[in-house]
Amino acid sequence: MTYIRPEFRHPELPTNDLGYTKQNYEGSISTLCAGCGHDSISGAIVQAIFEMSIPPHNIAKMSGIGCSSKTPTYFLGNSHGFNSVHGRMPSVATGANMANRDLIYVGVSGDGDSASIGMGQFAHAVRRNLNMMYIVMNNGCYGLTKGQDSATADVGSKSKKGIPNPFEAIDLAAVALQLGATFVARSFSGDKKQLVPLIKAAIAHRGFAFIDVLSPCVTFNNNPGSTKGYEYVRDHLAATNTVDFVPMREEITACYPNQTSEEVTLHDGSVVHLCKMDDKLNVHSRQSALNMMQEYKDDGRILTGLLYMDPDSQELHENIDSAKKPLRGLTESDLCPGSKVLDNINESLR
Amino acid sequence: MKPTDTANPEYYHKVVDCQYACPAHTPVPEYIRLIAAGRYDDAYMLNWESNVFPGVLGRTCDRPCEPACRRGRVEDEPVAICRLKRAAADNKDDTAVAAAMPKIPKKKNGKRIALIGGGPASLTVARDLMPLGYEIDLYDDQPAGGGFMRSQIPSFRLPHEVLDQEVNYITDMGVTTHYNHYVDSLKRVLDDGYDAVFVGTGAPRGRDLKIPGREEADANIHLGINWLSSVAFEHTSRIGKKVIVLGGGNTAMDCCRTSLRLGADDVKVVVRSPRKDMKASPWEIEDSEREGVEMYENHTPKEFIVENGKLVGMRFELVRAEYDENGKRSLIPTGEPDVIMDCDDVCIAVGQDNAFPWIERDLGMEFGKWDMPVVDDVTFQSTLPKVFFGGDAAFGPENVITAVAHGHQAAISIDLFVRGKKVAERPAPGTNLVSQKMGIHEWSYDSPVVNDVRYVVPHEDVGKSIKDRKLEVELGFDVATALNEARRCLNCDAQTVFEEVKCIECDACVDICPTDCLTFTENGKEEELRQRLSAPANNADQAILVSDKLPTQRVMVKDENVCLHCGLCAERCPTAAWDMQKFTYHVTKAGQ
Ligand SMILES: Cc1cc2nc3c(=O)[nH]c(=O)nc-3n(C[C@H](O)[C@H](O)[C@H](O)COP(=O)(O)OP(=O)(O)OC[C@H]3O[C@@H](n4cnc5c(N)ncnc54)[C@H](O)[C@@H]3O)c2cc1C
Ligand SMILES: Cc1ncc(C[n+]2csc(CCOP(=O)(O)OP(=O)(O)O)c2C)c(N)n1
Ligand code: SF4
Ligand code: SF4
Ligand code: SF4
Ligand SMILES: [Mg+2]
Repeated sequence: MTYIRPEFRHPELPTNDLGYTKQNYEGSISTLCAGCGHDSISGAIVQAIFEMSIPPHNIAKMSGIGCSSKTPTYFLGNSHGFNSVHGRMPSVATGANMANRDLIYVGVSGDGDSASIGMGQFAHAVRRNLNMMYIVMNNGCYGLTKGQDSATADVGSKSKKGIPNPFEAIDLAAVALQLGATFVARSFSGDKKQLVPLIKAAIAHRGFAFIDVLSPCVTFNNNPGSTKGYEYVRDHLAATNTVDFVPMREEITACYPNQTSEEVTLHDGSVVHLCKMDDKLNVHSRQSALNMMQEYKDDGRILTGLLYMDPDSQELHENIDSAKKPLRGLTESDLCPGSKVLDNINESLR
Repeated sequence: MKPTDTANPEYYHKVVDCQYACPAHTPVPEYIRLIAAGRYDDAYMLNWESNVFPGVLGRTCDRPCEPACRRGRVEDEPVAICRLKRAAADNKDDTAVAAAMPKIPKKKNGKRIALIGGGPASLTVARDLMPLGYEIDLYDDQPAGGGFMRSQIPSFRLPHEVLDQEVNYITDMGVTTHYNHYVDSLKRVLDDGYDAVFVGTGAPRGRDLKIPGREEADANIHLGINWLSSVAFEHTSRIGKKVIVLGGGNTAMDCCRTSLRLGADDVKVVVRSPRKDMKASPWEIEDSEREGVEMYENHTPKEFIVENGKLVGMRFELVRAEYDENGKRSLIPTGEPDVIMDCDDVCIAVGQDNAFPWIERDLGMEFGKWDMPVVDDVTFQSTLPKVFFGGDAAFGPENVITAVAHGHQAAISIDLFVRGKKVAERPAPGTNLVSQKMGIHEWSYDSPVVNDVRYVVPHEDVGKSIKDRKLEVELGFDVATALNEARRCLNCDAQTVFEEVKCIECDACVDICPTDCLTFTENGKEEELRQRLSAPANNADQAILVSDKLPTQRVMVKDENVCLHCGLCAERCPTAAWDMQKFTYHVTKAGQ
């Protein structure tokens, strides 16, 4: 037995366009509980970013506090990162993004981190359409502090302690939709087939891309009576669509005959290809997404997949017409353009 | 695919690559752990039970285990399994080992067995049958036991004290030895009333090379194996200054190195084939070259050149190898002028053959191709039910460990035969599978996957060793290096055992596995399934383990090929659906 991750890898590991293997995207060995859903999400992030051939140094990982927020240590060990304060990842991410718009922001948070202490921060990152991927590893509890019910726990759901939760749950995906998020999806840590392409699409999306990932806490919330355990989630999952993220050149996988396919082209020319299980969902309509989510919820089912996206969205930098390059690249003459320019500004304000 | 039947003892056995490849199925990882723990006596005895000559084999084994070693599939070099075995032999406590030897019953079972030939095959039969109360007569034409281990393998590779000790462990069990006794009639042996006879006479006839000049130069032309044994028994102590050795096998390597030690200063090994086709083990070629032997490839011997009745040189034709689509080689003359090499002596080491002039052909024993007796490759019984064969005598020249493996099997047959049982009904191997989990994060073994590259065995100074035929060249690992080398072993006998009913499909094992061995996926046909895994399972020699259907209708598939046996899958599994279980596999021995 060892507790150190061996350095040997499969000799035939595929390489991506940069010549890297998945190993170049790994982080340190996880210290989370064995079987924690969060680890699978870390694995999906590694897989997605490896497949997208993003140079690790072009990524900044942002997180708050919680088991979920610890995960950036366990993926993308060669990327930048900021492990912030409980619930404050959105404001730190906003600052970082404002200062350097060239980096790709991968935010991970927990349901406690985002739906309780960080709710206010979360809301503003969404409404500003901050250009980032924001994943909530949603286990319905505060894992790190030993499993208290979180604000996403369903009414009546029981955690390990066995006491039914008396409060109404916050559905972060619905909140994000209502607050103007331009990409909203839901998935399950145990379904990498769905999650990996969603992450790729979320990263390619320009603007705030939100993914609510159900991620069972094996230690405190994986018991009978919980609506966030592996078994319950698997039994109640329903997918709106399967998603395939296709960089421009590649071939698209075919849908099953009983499915309709739809393609959404993103700003960079890549394509999100959907095979729809339920034709009623219009991924370009917030209304449709909200209705469908409610419908499935009333039915006791959890709707997953890509729920909404606006491929033409304007992200924060475009909206406020901020500097076109990272602040570190601005020279003295950019920042101090001289008295002539000042005179002009003053003149325009008279 | 059907769920893998892991109850079949061969499934997990195959995962322990080294043990599976070892003809005697020595439990390698177990003895390596014992060495790492400093338990040399236990490591020695575990070896001894399987391969009977740990000290000999730790120096001379052909090591089929090493090319098979898993480590060679994840990095450049396998574990130095063979030389670790030597570390156990070198560091054992002789008194403790002598005390651990099996007790020999004073009261015999009344059955008498004759062993013809005193090599490793016969000695193994004796080792297995003596503890059961048999009375054994061993006949060999040499002055001491050991067969080719004594007469052929030179002392600079295998010191006599090491050989003597291990031969004596067996003869001291009370074997009646008849040395300097050439058996010239099988009939007479049978007439002596033995209950069974084992033939372990090896392949004692060296091949000759009938080309012009052979007869005239006879005084300076030596048949490799005859010459080596004459050196070993000190009938020969000199050779000319310039020596040509013909042949590219291990016998040639021993001849050229022995020549250097008997006074030659210009030794050439000349082979007909390209160098890459030479049969000698790479390490033997390397050792010879280190001592200054030169290798010439693609030279076909044409003539011994004799002047004034004395050998003065050899003529060779230059050839190149061509291979047809079946890989069959032909050597085509290049047309270049012949090459002449001066020499004083030549050793011919171009192969050996079996020879059974002493077996009468009217005894009812069937002989087949190449005038070889027909022998069953499982029971080692000949068509004369009382007579069993093993070692090089059975199917042609192999090596010591194969002779030992044959010996064990033949002993089982002899014991069954003498007790009136069917020899074809072989006892099943003894296997066991025991969980190594002791608690949360607690395991009964430690397997850090170290990155160290293979440690090199130190050698005696070349100048010194070529002056002394008996000075051992390899010095063996010291204890500290042996420990480091032992830590390179991946513990492939710690099996990853999967129990589908416990699996909640959380992906933890898949995510943690450093070598992408694990996949949850839909079942399919093997060929196609192998391509759909986390990493393609292209090594068809290695099994893939397929589970029963899981709740999501998928299966767990594990590619055994490059699993590091690190145990992280089991450590990260929340429900212990994966467990690390120690697998033991013991070839059942006679009487068990
Ligand atoms: C030069 C050389 C080097 C080798 N080096 C290695 C090595 O490094 N590692 C390795 O694994 N293998 C090596 N081998 C091969 C190995 O020695 C043999 O495969 C092995 O010893 C075979 O064992 P055995 O029990 O079948 O018979 P042998 O060891 O050949 O013993 C047979 C014995 O029977 C005797 N005998 C034969 N006929 C009669 C008779 N009619 N009456 C009485 N006695 C008889 C022979 O003289 C001999 O002593 C080497 C072989 C040679 C030739
Ligand atoms: C300001 C502040 N308040 C409270 C805490 C204690 N605390 C640590 S983690 C946590 C909840 C984490 O829950 P979640 O974000 O869902 O993460 P999980 O562990 O479930 O992944 C709390 C309340 C804290 N660290 N900081
Ligand atoms: S406490 Fe729960 S959320 Fe935290 S690591 Fe353990 S299983 Fe995961
Ligand atoms: S790593 Fe160890 S157990 Fe595995 S094949 Fe090599 S020697 Fe044997
Ligand atoms: S022991 Fe488990 S985790 Fe380690 S390499 Fe083998 S399958 Fe992978
Ligand atoms: Mg949580």
